Amino acid sequence: MTHPSPKKLGAPKAVAPKPALRRFHQARWDEPVIFELSSPGQRGVLPPEPEAAIVQAAGDAFDNLPASLKRKTAPALPEMSQVHVLRHYLRLSQENLGADLNIDVGQGTCTMKYSPKVNDQLARSHRLTELHPLQPLSTVQGVLELMYRLEDMLKEISGLDRVTLQPGAGSAAIFTNIAMIRAFHESRGEGRTRTEVITSSFSHPSNAAAAKVAGYTIITLPPDADGYPDLEALKAAVSARTAALLITNPEDTGIFNPRIVEFVDLVHRAGGLCSYDQANANGLLGITRAREAGFDLCHFNLHKTFSTPHGCGGPASGACCVTRDLAPFLPVPTVEFDGTSYYLDFNRPQSIGKVRSWYGVTGNMLKAYAWIMSLGAEGLREVAEIAVLNNNYLLNKVLEIRGASAPYAKGKRRIEQVRYSWEGLANDTGVHSEEIGFRAADFGTHYWTSHHPFVVPEPMTLEPTESYSRQDLDEYITILKHIANEAYTDPEIVHTAPHNSTVHKIDQESFDDPDAWAVTWRAYQRKLKKDR
Amino acid sequence: MNRIGLIVNPLAGIGGRVGLKGSDGIETQRRARELGAIPESLHRATASLTPLLDLRSTLDVVTFPGEMGETSARDAGFTPQVIGQIHSGSTTAEDTRRAVNNLSALDVDLILFAGGDGTARDVCSVMPSRFPCLGIPSGVKIQSAVYATNPKRAGELAGMYLKGRARLREAEVLDLDEDAYRAGRISTRLYGTLHVPYRPLWRQNQKTPSPAAEARQAEAVAADIVEQMQAGVAYILGPGTTTRAIAQALTVEKTLVGVDVVRDGQLVAKDVTQAQLLSLTETMPARIIVTPIGGQGFLFGRGNQPIGPEVIRRVGRENIIVVSAPDKLRALRLQPLLVDTGDAVADGLLAGYFSVVTGYKERMVYKVVS
Repeated sequence: MTHPSPKKLGAPKAVAPKPALRRFHQARWDEPVIFELSSPGQRGVLPPEPEAAIVQAAGDAFDNLPASLKRKTAPALPEMSQVHVLRHYLRLSQENLGADLNIDVGQGTCTMKYSPKVNDQLARSHRLTELHPLQPLSTVQGVLELMYRLEDMLKEISGLDRVTLQPGAGSAAIFTNIAMIRAFHESRGEGRTRTEVITSSFSHPSNAAAAKVAGYTIITLPPDADGYPDLEALKAAVSARTAALLITNPEDTGIFNPRIVEFVDLVHRAGGLCSYDQANANGLLGITRAREAGFDLCHFNLHKTFSTPHGCGGPASGACCVTRDLAPFLPVPTVEFDGTSYYLDFNRPQSIGKVRSWYGVTGNMLKAYAWIMSLGAEGLREVAEIAVLNNNYLLNKVLEIRGASAPYAKGKRRIEQVRYSWEGLANDTGVHSEEIGFRAADFGTHYWTSHHPFVVPEPMTLEPTESYSRQDLDEYITILKHIANEAYTDPEIVHTAPHNSTVHKIDQESFDDPDAWAVTWRAYQRKLKKDR
Repeated sequence: MNRIGLIVNPLAGIGGRVGLKGSDGIETQRRARELGAIPESLHRATASLTPLLDLRSTLDVVTFPGEMGETSARDAGFTPQVIGQIHSGSTTAEDTRRAVNNLSALDVDLILFAGGDGTARDVCSVMPSRFPCLGIPSGVKIQSAVYATNPKRAGELAGMYLKGRARLREAEVLDLDEDAYRAGRISTRLYGTLHVPYRPLWRQNQKTPSPAAEARQAEAVAADIVEQMQAGVAYILGPGTTTRAIAQALTVEKTLVGVDVVRDGQLVAKDVTQAQLLSLTETMPARIIVTPIGGQGFLFGRGNQPIGPEVIRRVGRENIIVVSAPDKLRALRLQPLLVDTGDAVADGLLAGYFSVVTGYKERMVYKVVS
């Protein structure tokens, strides 16, 4: 056996150049469902027996529970040690492609941004988590002040007069707004005659859904040839039956409707109210406001624009902003300040009542407050400017790729996102958008499927927000370009993707089949294991 | 092993390139040949099979001899199983119908047929109920919704269907009366429906409509319409699957391809003519319920001829109720609906916006152009 000479050892190693594409491979742990890991008798925590004196003084805690609240059988929870629980979830997390792992611009309409971890730490602080909503108000002045101040900031951002932070999600916020709209019309004796709500095809579908749940007939305006909501259609739709216009702007195509004031005026002249869906206000912060566009109401998703964050990263939280005329209808309680202390006002006779238990998702309020405070007014505007700049950079780069296009509003800049189409590529190569999204997983990213109302063929909706660097965007573009090239030269590799994931294709048919749904362990046992 | 049936109408489209507006009738076909027309459908059938070549090892093609499929299959690179007999050079609609009968009896997974609206009509007349099939567009006139957008797409869709990646939907077969067409008049009828594979513009999770969802959409439209029906008013129900759902909600028997009239929940007239509608609307208040027909989004003038311009004028625009499952409008990419009643005044009356009933308490304010 020969040994390498010292000289050879000392020679500079040939360093492999950084690959243009990340050679991602998903982890595979074959991890069972946690219920299947249960081992009878295993415990994560063994609390010590209480001391005799305590037992004597306190008695059995269960004695005080009414019989109706006591379970007859113990819950079928998995029995596991701490280390097994930890290992289980770490493994699952490795099989995931989370927002903190990949360049998450592919979740258009979701406003995936980097949410600073320090805000999570603040929200996890015992000073917040150990508060109880039934504590005397004098002991929770800090959190009430936080809510009051956050409401003040959102008033400034929307230009409107009052805010509620109670809704527990974006759709819940839209429902809160439509409930206030209904209460407003009822208060003027028009509750029975104003039965219609107008929205647009490319507005977020929750507007139609929430208004439908509230009992309204939904009238949808399709886009005109340029992709803007059709103003002539609105003229045909508006009448004395109009309760409200619920609309997004920019719509989910990323196109800003420059005639929004005309829309609002038309509806107002007919006696209807206008509600601005600003769930995603990421391209508008500090630039335009609901007030100046003439709206009576708007809502924000704290988990989108205000970084609390979106998706499975945390609970949702909606904020509704209204004009003075609609303030009497806000949910109870409102947070008030009398000059010396903060208090909750339940005595609001025209209120629509409560839309969520207690006062809202407090942890999200804290994170949104911290995020806004760390940026300041100029910082918020800069967020919007960078988000729009990033989006238009991406737009120009995507349009350089063969087979890609951006339908509608030719030559116009987009705001914060774009709904692209791969129709050209699909016609040329037989490769579909869905398959490009799967292939992207081989390079450690993806894009998903929020393309309602599904009229743009072979769609892809990208929203780069302010969080991604030019390098990030270039990497994403490199991936798309590479896949488009494969589609033209070796389509089979795209058809059969993903290749580096542990699950290759999920049979989506079962999503349409209620008999195959199993979102709980119990349902899984019942439906698929045929086991009670 | 999968099996597909292939039927080529070698005469489809033969009249188009030489300006004959269609290829129906032996005389037209003879004149087309005299004018130097070459059958387009053979090449188009070949083009549609090309995307299926990858599946060759697990896919058998069963077809009729010569120009009715064998030639196209061989040109594409398949070695087809050939059945039946033809008189080469003088095939007729009867050969198409026989091919449909023989191939569907062989239990193939899907029948591809190359032709135009006339071919689809022949196929439809004998195809067993719900048998999967798909048109390769080769004709002069394509108004039927049973054709893929181009031959290659037809092959791709067939491949996706065989792999379980496309679904079936009920699509309409429309055809012109060619004698009227050559005389400069448009007269189109709905002849029935076929079950064809399709993929929505994007197929994903529960957001994607399934055939069942499409049927449910029509039921939701029907629930809305039935709720707003008034006593004593005659409702003229145009043809189509969405209007059929309204009749089903009323538990009356409706003709799929004809125009029927209901009043107070009862059928008062079935498969009516324009003359019958005119006399009926003289004596009672009436409203028209129509749905867009075919792949191009025609509201009037295709498939619902009995509701002609005179009837439309008498009933009045305000008494026209347009219904559509939302998926139909999505398939049109939200482009305007078309009218072509053959009467400029009626067309002008219809142009503008209609509040289309797209579900229970759901409307879309939709543009109609003539």
